[in-house]
Amino acid sequence: MKNKAEVVIIGAGISGCSIAYNLAKKGVKDIVVIDKSYICSGSTGRCGAGVRMQWGTEMNCKIAKKSIEFYEHANEILEYERDVEFKQEGYLLVADTEKELIQFKKNIELQNSLGIPSKMLTLQEAREIVPYLNTDVLKGAAFCKKDGFLNPFKTTDAFYRAAKRLGVEFYTFTEATDVKVENNKVVGVETNKGYISTNIVVNATNGHSKRLSDMVGLDIPVYSERHQILVTEPVEPMQGPMVMSFGLNFYIQQSPEGSFIMGRGDENEPRDLRVTSSWHFAEEMAKTIEKVLPPIMQLRMVRQWAGLYNMTPDKQPIYGKAENVEGFYLAVGYSGHGFMFGPITGVVMSEMILGEKPTIDVSMLNLNRFKTGNLILEPSVV
Amino acid sequence: MNENTIICRCSDVTLKQVRDLINDGYVTYDEIKRITRIGMGPCQGKTCGQLVMREIANMTGQNIKDIKFQTTRPPVVGVKLGLIAKEGKKDEE
Repeated sequence: MKNKAEVVIIGAGISGCSIAYNLAKKGVKDIVVIDKSYICSGSTGRCGAGVRMQWGTEMNCKIAKKSIEFYEHANEILEYERDVEFKQEGYLLVADTEKELIQFKKNIELQNSLGIPSKMLTLQEAREIVPYLNTDVLKGAAFCKKDGFLNPFKTTDAFYRAAKRLGVEFYTFTEATDVKVENNKVVGVETNKGYISTNIVVNATNGHSKRLSDMVGLDIPVYSERHQILVTEPVEPMQGPMVMSFGLNFYIQQSPEGSFIMGRGDENEPRDLRVTSSWHFAEEMAKTIEKVLPPIMQLRMVRQWAGLYNMTPDKQPIYGKAENVEGFYLAVGYSGHGFMFGPITGVVMSEMILGEKPTIDVSMLNLNRFKTGNLILEPSVV
Repeated sequence: MNENTIICRCSDVTLKQVRDLINDGYVTYDEIKRITRIGMGPCQGKTCGQLVMREIANMTGQNIKDIKFQTTRPPVVGVKLGLIAKEGKKDEE
């Protein structure tokens, strides 16, 4: 293991791998990525494998749109020998209240103004896309064809392999136990495998970001919430888009290999970083899907798992640096959408670290916004 | 053994695919699982688990007892979602 590096990135999920790749592409040498487990072992590898542009804030819309445009060509750009499995058959958002429909209309107005091709659908039109949708319990729908499915493991693997080819070193099963600060400057990272001296540390730990920030005495306003998913046996292709509802609290899509993946959150979860599974979730999930997509009840659930959403007060990520600790950067708090933002996370963080002009101005997502109270709330999260 | 032998019957993964990944540095069960979907099917690794762990042990010179298997997750066997929903509604009646 190296004992000195230009940059140490902590967390080898989509964010850490993408930041490493972008820094290396810009010519930075001596980049080290560490993870306490294997690559993609945290939130990225546990996510629902969906990517969408249909967001309710300008920042989330812009970051998602650019990221999806990257994902459309990810195999070629990253020269990936496997396939990231991008299935672009849309997200069908369904509403069960008039209030939510009004929110959809507002969101779509914003999305369209930013070049996102989303639109309102009648229930009739929604049924043309998903014929077994029980529209009796619904009021309306929104759809964006550009949204879709993407394999989190292989996408992260693609960034990881591209970064590795550019000379980035990855140390898995290597846990950061302390980040050393001297005279308000980062000087190194202590790990269970040894010490690495560095002046730049990137916190890309998402679910565990608060714990890591605490190591440099930086109090960030995030907490982690367990979200759960279950998956069925694979069947023949029968559902193109992801079907999702904020009001009914679910998302469900069929992966390219045929299984249905469905998940939901529970804001009353204890905030204790657990990623174990609960039977209560499986029951609630099944009951909800039975109402909206009855034929899915014929499928067998074969597995369930859980992961952490790292929640911020406005449900937008934190891209920024610590004011009082020079060299400590944050790419955390995705509130459940870090995987789909991966490509842009890498771009904007590498630009920030190198002091370059940003591709997308994300300065309003810095840590200061929580002090000034200048928050724009994202309304559309499951 | 023929390298085209399928050792994961749920996801059609061959011995060669597993050996290639181990040679390429994917030396834990979880890493191989996430690339190949081994252990993600209905059997949850009950068939392929020992085979993959033996390959990792042989090829990396470790003892099989030191190789970590994946997290065991519910359910033990596939259960129809309709039955789960029905069970969930019992409390409401």
